[in-house]
Amino acid sequence: MNDPQIPPPGEDLPAASVPCSRPSRAQRLLAWPITGFARLLTGARSLWRGCAPEPKQRIYFANHSSHADFVLLWSSLPPALRARTRPVAGADYWQQGRLRPFLIHRVFHGVLVDRELHDRHSNPLQPLLDALAGGDSLILFPEGTRNPGEGLLPFKSGLYRLARACPQVELVPVWIANLNRVMPKGRVLPLPLLCTVTFGAPLTLGPGERKETFLARARETLLNLAMEAD
Amino acid sequence: MQANTLALFAGIGVLLALASLIGFVLKWRCRGADSPVIDNLNARINAWWVMVAMLGGAFWLGHGAVILLFFAVSFFALREFITLTPTRGSDYPALVAAFYFVLPAQYLLIAYDWYGLFSIFIPVYVFLLLPILASLGGDTTAFLERTAKVQWGTMIAVFCISHVPALLNLDIPEYAGRNLLLIAWLVLVVQLSDVLQYVCGKLLGKRRIAPRLSPSKTVEGFAGGIALATLTGAALYWITPFDVWQAALIALVVTLLGFFGGLVMSAIKRDRGVKDWGHMIEGHGGMLDRLDSVCFAAPVFFHLLRWGWA
Repeated sequence: MNDPQIPPPGEDLPAASVPCSRPSRAQRLLAWPITGFARLLTGARSLWRGCAPEPKQRIYFANHSSHADFVLLWSSLPPALRARTRPVAGADYWQQGRLRPFLIHRVFHGVLVDRELHDRHSNPLQPLLDALAGGDSLILFPEGTRNPGEGLLPFKSGLYRLARACPQVELVPVWIANLNRVMPKGRVLPLPLLCTVTFGAPLTLGPGERKETFLARARETLLNLAMEAD
Repeated sequence: MQANTLALFAGIGVLLALASLIGFVLKWRCRGADSPVIDNLNARINAWWVMVAMLGGAFWLGHGAVILLFFAVSFFALREFITLTPTRGSDYPALVAAFYFVLPAQYLLIAYDWYGLFSIFIPVYVFLLLPILASLGGDTTAFLERTAKVQWGTMIAVFCISHVPALLNLDIPEYAGRNLLLIAWLVLVVQLSDVLQYVCGKLLGKRRIAPRLSPSKTVEGFAGGIALATLTGAALYWITPFDVWQAALIALVVTLLGFFGGLVMSAIKRDRGVKDWGHMIEGHGGMLDRLDSVCFAAPVFFHLLRWGWA
């Protein structure tokens, strides 16, 4: 992967926190039927194995096999945490049409990343860094795209770069089980099968840990969590 | 509600109150020490209160509510079954049919009292439909196994369980208007057998009866539970169309079926490497953990009644 030059820890952070508009009460009300439906449909069981649902700043990184992944993970968080946790989503998908931008910005309060790197000079992770600087937590899918098969695709470098830029943020692995059977790729009608969302112990970036080593370790941790959760 | 039904539920209420009292005393005697067995016992008793209240509420509302209740029960059971038995992408059309067509259709057939189709819909038509739907995806990997799983799920969770509310449609001479009591008797005898097997096993259990299938089942629990539940079934003959001896014999048949149902469903769980089907009933596990015995007892009880009394 051709990453842009990585600055030393801390320097990615913008000087001042960027103001961002929080969803209004009415918009939160809109989110309620969506999270309620996700929980009802999947019987959403959240297993906090390696950490507790505490109001700490975190990056939840999870496996990605369905469009509904972030909705279920987001719904699995207690409401207080949910209000401060923003899903990271691909701009190419979510900026199409009228409904998707409305949902991602107004209801889920998501952070969009430009996966296709339209502007080669800007840092594609800047919106994520801004959100972290503003004190929010993030939901991130380090595989970068939906994985139609078993296991995990190789991780993209974003997780490493965020960990390096924001060492104070906890990196929590999250395994989402069975959701690919609920909403298989390309199908419209969801199946009401049971899903579990398992939260593992937070990871930290070791001093001087190389990018490849860290990403492999993070991926391994998530795979181990999947075995435990099964 | 009938006087008999009220008396029955009052009796169950007294039993549960007694169970709660025993659970409370046992917990109190621990004096704060951790005892997973007693905590689980109390969780089970509390869940029984909820389950009895839901069944009682449905009885009070009438036949439609009872059919709806068991529709929901079948739904939760089917979802637990399919969740635990892995399928492949090509099974999606068959699964959509199972959840959104077969399940409601079977219960509509009960609501409309169409016995002829009710009794062969899943064993014949769905049996043929599911593999056709699964074949559309063109995926041959483990085809027979996958088809069998979905068929088995609909048989156990939908077909077998639907025989409980189907009891409402039986026309038994000189028993008109009392069919809810058939459900009460069946569920009570089978579930009491499970509870008494558990109690006798915990108190007296020594020799394990099927160590590989279900490590907690013992010979003593089996004998004591079946015998006491059969006696209870006989003692409750006055709410059924049976005489005392018939009631005892039929209670024996349904409790034995319930026992073997528990073993069969345990075998599936062990094969999948899990202890419980699900987590929705505190202390008991999933819906199927609570209903495995009823799944096996209900169709046979239904047909015994239909041949002999209706």
